[in-house]
Amino acid sequence: MTARERIAGNVAGYVDDRTGAAKWMKKNLTKVFPDHWSFLLGEICLYSFVILLLSGTFLTFWFDPSMREVIYEGSYEPLKGLEMSAAYASTLDISFEVRGGLLMRQIHHWAALIFMVGIVVHLMRVYFTGAFRKPREFNWIIGVGLLTLGIVEGFLGYSLPDDLLSGTGIRIAEAIIQALPVVGSYLAFFAFGGAFPGVAFIPRIYTVHVLLLPAIFLALITVHLMLVWYQKHTQFPGPGRTEKNVVGYPLMPVYMAKAGGFFFIVFGVTAFLGAVASINPIWLYGPYTPGQVSAGSQPDWYMGWLDGLVRMAPPIETVTFGYTISWNILIPGLILPGIMFTALALYPFIESWANGDKREHHLLDRPRNAPTRTAIGAMALTFTLVTLLNGGNDIIATTFDLTINQMMWFSRIGVIVLPPLAYVITKRLCLSLQRADRDLVLHGRETGRLVRMPSGEFVEIHEPISAEKAWLLTSHEQLAPLELPEHDGGGVRRPGAIKNKIRNRISRSMATAVPKATQTERQELEGHH
Amino acid sequence: MLLIFALLTIGTTFQVASAVDAEQTTTIAARSAAIDEGREIFLKGCSSCHGLNAESGGIAPSLIGVGAASVDFQVGTGRMPMGDMSVQAMRKTPLYNPEEVYALAMYVASLAPGPEIPTEEMLNYERDGSTAEGGELFRTNCAMCHNFAGQGGALTQGKYAPTIMGVEPVHIYEALITGPQSMPVFSDKTITPEEKLSMIKWIKAAEAEPQLGGAALGRVGPVTEGLLVWTLGIGLLIGVAVWLAAKAR
Amino acid sequence: MSNEIELIKDPGLPAHVHRRADTDPKAAARAERQVATLFILSALGTVLLVYSYLFVDEDIFFFIPVLGDTNAHQLGLGMGMAIALFCIGAGLIHWAKTLMPDEEVIAQRHEFKSEDEDREDFVKTVKAGAAAAGLGRRPLIKRTLGAALGLSAISPVLLLGDLGPLPGNQLKTTSWKKGTRLVTDPGDRPLRPEDLEVGAVAQTLPAIAPGEHRSLNDIGKDAVLLIRLRPEEFNLDAERLSWTYEGIIAFSKICSHMGCAVALYEQQTKHLLCPCHQSTFDVTRAAKVIFGPSARPLPQLPITIDTEGYLVAQAPFNEPVGPSFWERSK
Repeated sequence: MTARERIAGNVAGYVDDRTGAAKWMKKNLTKVFPDHWSFLLGEICLYSFVILLLSGTFLTFWFDPSMREVIYEGSYEPLKGLEMSAAYASTLDISFEVRGGLLMRQIHHWAALIFMVGIVVHLMRVYFTGAFRKPREFNWIIGVGLLTLGIVEGFLGYSLPDDLLSGTGIRIAEAIIQALPVVGSYLAFFAFGGAFPGVAFIPRIYTVHVLLLPAIFLALITVHLMLVWYQKHTQFPGPGRTEKNVVGYPLMPVYMAKAGGFFFIVFGVTAFLGAVASINPIWLYGPYTPGQVSAGSQPDWYMGWLDGLVRMAPPIETVTFGYTISWNILIPGLILPGIMFTALALYPFIESWANGDKREHHLLDRPRNAPTRTAIGAMALTFTLVTLLNGGNDIIATTFDLTINQMMWFSRIGVIVLPPLAYVITKRLCLSLQRADRDLVLHGRETGRLVRMPSGEFVEIHEPISAEKAWLLTSHEQLAPLELPEHDGGGVRRPGAIKNKIRNRISRSMATAVPKATQTERQELEGHH
Repeated sequence: MLLIFALLTIGTTFQVASAVDAEQTTTIAARSAAIDEGREIFLKGCSSCHGLNAESGGIAPSLIGVGAASVDFQVGTGRMPMGDMSVQAMRKTPLYNPEEVYALAMYVASLAPGPEIPTEEMLNYERDGSTAEGGELFRTNCAMCHNFAGQGGALTQGKYAPTIMGVEPVHIYEALITGPQSMPVFSDKTITPEEKLSMIKWIKAAEAEPQLGGAALGRVGPVTEGLLVWTLGIGLLIGVAVWLAAKAR
Repeated sequence: MSNEIELIKDPGLPAHVHRRADTDPKAAARAERQVATLFILSALGTVLLVYSYLFVDEDIFFFIPVLGDTNAHQLGLGMGMAIALFCIGAGLIHWAKTLMPDEEVIAQRHEFKSEDEDREDFVKTVKAGAAAAGLGRRPLIKRTLGAALGLSAISPVLLLGDLGPLPGNQLKTTSWKKGTRLVTDPGDRPLRPEDLEVGAVAQTLPAIAPGEHRSLNDIGKDAVLLIRLRPEEFNLDAERLSWTYEGIIAFSKICSHMGCAVALYEQQTKHLLCPCHQSTFDVTRAAKVIFGPSARPLPQLPITIDTEGYLVAQAPFNEPVGPSFWERSK
């Protein structure tokens, strides 16, 4: 035993005497993780979160979350002598007086944007591969929760400097709170400590942004990761991979090196963006005052779809018995997003109700093999894209020589017409791909080489695909549709008949598939040649 | 001795006075020539839309009373003559050289009193303006159309407030006092000449400001920032992820 | 021949393909050098970071294509950090890919579901525990516990009561009263009608006494936009016309939709545009909404002149300014 091994052994023994750690460390250091690039998307979120914690802590050492009025005496000439809040002035100081301050501000903000992008692409991967199915439904709900909280945290974060752009955003948020029926004005006055803008809002959202929400994030992310750890990660179908195993590499050393390395990559890319690309140049926006606004005022991208919804809303407001309800604010600002996020969170349960599949799944679906799910996802993405584009309609209009009026009408109509169109096109695309897979298995790969038969006929040579590929293309399950009968054995009508009818319809639609190729068919074909 | 002194004094004074008179006569003559030249250019290049006497031919508005400043702005920035009948005249390379622009301005000014071209003395923004005050004035009066950094913005029906970057101070001043196309007029009592100079000083400072944090991404805010993360940001990260999971040779 | 359809079988894990570094020691050494180079690059990145922090002046700018005039201090710090971090990551990943074992390992998944025995035992334990607690047999305890817990939830909510005052009348009143002068924002200069030409706008606020300070709360309700048109361009009823003065009309600058400042005036069309959500208001028809999501026109401030000829308000706004709220019309 070398000296180093002896020392390591002593340390390990010391810890193990007190915690019994050796047993579970041994088990977990050899834990197997499947390897696919799309499994790293969630890690982008995790590492961005760490970067946010680190860079954010740095910023808190200089930021003053107070709205008391100060006169700016710093080094940025175009603002010298102006009245502004201490929050804004301290952000200017971080940008111009603290070495590395502007860099850290930019890293923090870019990390926040990357965090949200990571969540969305990770969500897309999980959704389109069906990784949310049993036993991972709770993890899905936690994920949707992280998405929602991330949007809020980001909004509060960029509102802290109290600049003209984010202040405009807070004004709009206050209008949404104020619009709530019955309690709106009270809640708004409670949140702001009085009339808008008041002096209480920035200090309060500071507490939420640096203490409450990060704590909740930490807890949710921990549970999220523990579930992945305990339930083991899903894997793509393929040769040697079954529902009962995990094929991949052990945590130590491969996964530790690769995942650890990826943390540095994410941090490095974020630092790169912070170095070369300007973000949130608050000194150009100016301090917030309700009498000013800039053309082209938008929230950060993850709220752009909300802005787009509000912009395209029809101007509907009702006054009944003297009481006002602003449907033009409540529907796009609260009701529609509420419905969407609830549907998103409940999706695993909706899908398993619709197709009756209550089993565990650890093998992922190739998106083409779940055409209905994929098509619904395409629908949701189309909706989000149209609303997101409308959020930037004035900038798009001036860049591409369009009018904001055209953009508005395109969005109002498009948001209703385009998603169903996307559904139909995507579903057909999936079925076409299934057909192509089937052809590949049965007839092999087209090589492009033509041979002339003695009879004069031209044929293209097809190369049979490998056994591994054939397995990959046919290992998926094709569920039969539910056929819950309307009447039970005795001829009595079942309760919930309408619900069952709907369920049958949906499950029949979900079961639409091109039958996968079988060995029997292959042999039959071979017999013909 | 006294006599010689008196003669010299009277003689010099007379000399100077007649020289000034001569100067004034030259200036008046020059102006008159400019007005004539302006009328020629106007008839050739402008009357088809603005009418033979600038009273409007039904297509374009009357120019009577718009003043030399309007002409110097519109023709000096190339907006006029309008190239195509789109919803708004665009800034482009001026068709006429500075002498011709001046001539046109003098001609239109001669039709009726209107805002005059600001002199160089009136445009000394470095001396008479305050950058910080100009910024506040800009954000209150201009940012809602031209964006916080003067990059321009959308108006209704395809009209737009253009970028103010790279615009001559004289043209900025003239735009403020004449209110071209969709832009309102900013009278000297609502925004004083000193305040206008402060605004110009701030605009020029913003124009000259180097990239303090990196590539400015157009200075239009979160839209281009979001575009960058969704292209370069996630592109780089997914690229590395694909490399990470690929089997080494 | 059986009638059963035979499915394609799983051929099992494919044979392992060795990497060059697995069999060729020279390739392995090369990979090792590549990893080491990446780590050294990272160290150089840190050196760049430290050097920029300590020695590079913050006022130096130099030109880079695509980025334009860039700050050397900022770029040195940022790129130093980026290189330092990225190369550690790249080195670790390259090391794992080329040199660490890459034979796939198979682990078995365990069933999550507990044994039936364990489930029964669990149910028994919970039942026994619940019986021991005796809640079922002691409804008085259960009910009073429920009441106590429920009531105690009131205190934290109540303690937040002083988060803010009750709105009272604040959303319905502004500083504008009969005779309040309109002054320029900024500048605080009172205005006369002749100070505005036709086609001109002015940003205004109510005059304050000397020494008084305007808060942002006040600006958020009081900001008013003055616009001058030709009197014949108005399309107003008699009452609204009487609120104008010689073609000058005044509107609240706070958007009736969600409160942004509406000051984007299109002189030729006489439209006001709010940049936030593109609500468009027609000035000639008392700021009637002609496009966009706003449901109400901008409140109009009645104006006239005082004895010295300055523009003043005739009366306060006849309705609350800004975004809507439940009790707005009460």
